Amino acid sequence: MFDLDRWIEIFQTLGKNKLRTALSGFTIAFAILLFTLLFGVGNGLKHTFEKQFAGDAQNSVYINPGKTTKPYKGLQSGRRIQFKNEDIKFINEKFEDDIQFFSPNIQRNNVQAIYKGEQNRYTVRGVYPDYLPLESAVMQDGRFISVLDLKRRSKVVAIGRLVEKDLFGNRYALGKNIILDGISYQVIGVFNDPGGDNDERYIYTPFTTAQGMYRNNEDIDNFGFTYNPSLSVDKALKFTNLLTKVLKEKHKVDPRDQAGIRVRNYAEGTKNVQSFMMVLNIIILFIGIGTLIAGVIGISNIMVFIVKERTKELGIRKALGATPKSIIGMIMMESIFVTAIAGYAGLMLGVFALKALGSSLEKYFILNPSVENYVVVGATIILIISGTIAGYIPAKRAASIKPIVALNDE
Amino acid sequence: MIKLHNLHKSYPIGKESLHVLKGLDLHIKEGEFVSIMGSSGSGKSTLLNIVGLLDTHDSGDYILNGQRIENLNEKKAAILRNKFLGFVFQSFNLINYKTALENVSLPLYYQGIGRKERQEIALQYLDKVGLKDRANHLPSELSGGEKQRVAIARALVTNPKVVLADEPTGALDSTTSHAVMELLKGINREGMTVFVITHEEDIAAETDRIVRLKDGVIISDERVIKKATV
Repeated sequence: MFDLDRWIEIFQTLGKNKLRTALSGFTIAFAILLFTLLFGVGNGLKHTFEKQFAGDAQNSVYINPGKTTKPYKGLQSGRRIQFKNEDIKFINEKFEDDIQFFSPNIQRNNVQAIYKGEQNRYTVRGVYPDYLPLESAVMQDGRFISVLDLKRRSKVVAIGRLVEKDLFGNRYALGKNIILDGISYQVIGVFNDPGGDNDERYIYTPFTTAQGMYRNNEDIDNFGFTYNPSLSVDKALKFTNLLTKVLKEKHKVDPRDQAGIRVRNYAEGTKNVQSFMMVLNIIILFIGIGTLIAGVIGISNIMVFIVKERTKELGIRKALGATPKSIIGMIMMESIFVTAIAGYAGLMLGVFALKALGSSLEKYFILNPSVENYVVVGATIILIISGTIAGYIPAKRAASIKPIVALNDE
Repeated sequence: MIKLHNLHKSYPIGKESLHVLKGLDLHIKEGEFVSIMGSSGSGKSTLLNIVGLLDTHDSGDYILNGQRIENLNEKKAAILRNKFLGFVFQSFNLINYKTALENVSLPLYYQGIGRKERQEIALQYLDKVGLKDRANHLPSELSGGEKQRVAIARALVTNPKVVLADEPTGALDSTTSHAVMELLKGINREGMTVFVITHEEDIAAETDRIVRLKDGVIISDERVIKKATV
């Protein structure tokens, strides 16, 4: 129902009472501006945290053998645990459904790498193709280790971005041969790792190649895997606990011995981060809702004042034949119109302010402060609803005042 | 046109109640020019408010244009006011941010008449009260007499059955008062029922019938014997 006459009437009233319109508009715009800024800054904090924990896949688990510290089943303490190839098979068969990516690891530190006179020392790891997602690494050039490489025990390497920079300068490493401890390997890929500089100074080679080169038997240094991402954090913790228990059983380690087999589980950290984020979210929500409520109360106050101020005018209108319904309709439409327009203006101002300030706040742990579209839309809807309520109560009161009382109001 | 029978009205004042109208009987026919005289506190404004449907009576009968007025809700009262009654107030009661033309056309807005037509009709009535050239002035730019003439135009614009004037000259000097009364007389001559409330003898004397009110009862009701026009 669009009534042009009614809108003309409303625009006239608003236009002729500029101060009043400006004041109520300002209240709303300011409340929404604050709301947007707070929400945006809160989101910025959240983004910072998300980035801090982006180094490895968030569902990754690393298992390292250690030395037992408790005697168990007739075995003395101080025994060194050694994983073997059969452990790979054992874990993968037993927990096929719960594991997403899996890779054993053979690590050799301090390997001398040479390319045409340039040389440096790096850590070389022998891994499965799955190691790439495990580290959240991304290929920049070429490819990572493949299953075929594993089968053929190829002498190929995928090197970190900084290895390429160290040894090759500005040239491409892809396809070139580098010498690792005197043996020539072909570079098949260069990768980026969001985990930082250290993670970009690794050299990866097929697991089988490394085992043959550095071990002469079926020994494994450690392994890492990611659990099925559809598992909840609690379920994931349960699963890794079970896996640890089974593994300890297999290697005859006392279940209470924490040093015999060490598990580094990101789920634990993820859980802490998640609960921290939840608290942060609640705080942001609380502040946001508080600001909105303050705004709604502000606009309600102003509406009450406006109606009071206009009592006489409304009395005149009633004497001239305005029905209560038309009075309520008029005041509410004014209220909704002002809240919607001013609220939207505040919102836009807030969004632009966040955009403008955005990058300069990074040193305060606020990264990319912004508000999501649904928050913007939601806040606007809440505003319109609250504008309706803020307008309705005083309008109802105004409409019920007897015209004679209203006319005598000075 | 207006029939009152045994009309009572009292206002609560704290725990007490103040009996303002004590059983009024009054019959005003169509086309009459009546004034209600009385000092302040006599109940004359209360009477006008009840007749004007701005207030409700406690007991007795009120018949307006053949229609019995009882249990009116706000909406019905508003429609009846708009249709049958035109108001002229002592303090003019113009809306201060609207021009003379907009003020006059406001009752038509509540009748749902289109903007263009509204303005045409309003301009006709402004012309009738001699203020066509002031149509786009705000009330603050008009003199007291002009404001009251705008108010009269506004009262007439819906072509009501009765024009109710509450101390229409109360805020005006004597020359302007006379001009306003002349205007009301002219309207009456065209057949409109005019109902004036005043406490000034010379104003009442310009009407055709004077009803005197004291302490909530009618003490006299007489025709004015017109002096020979000079």
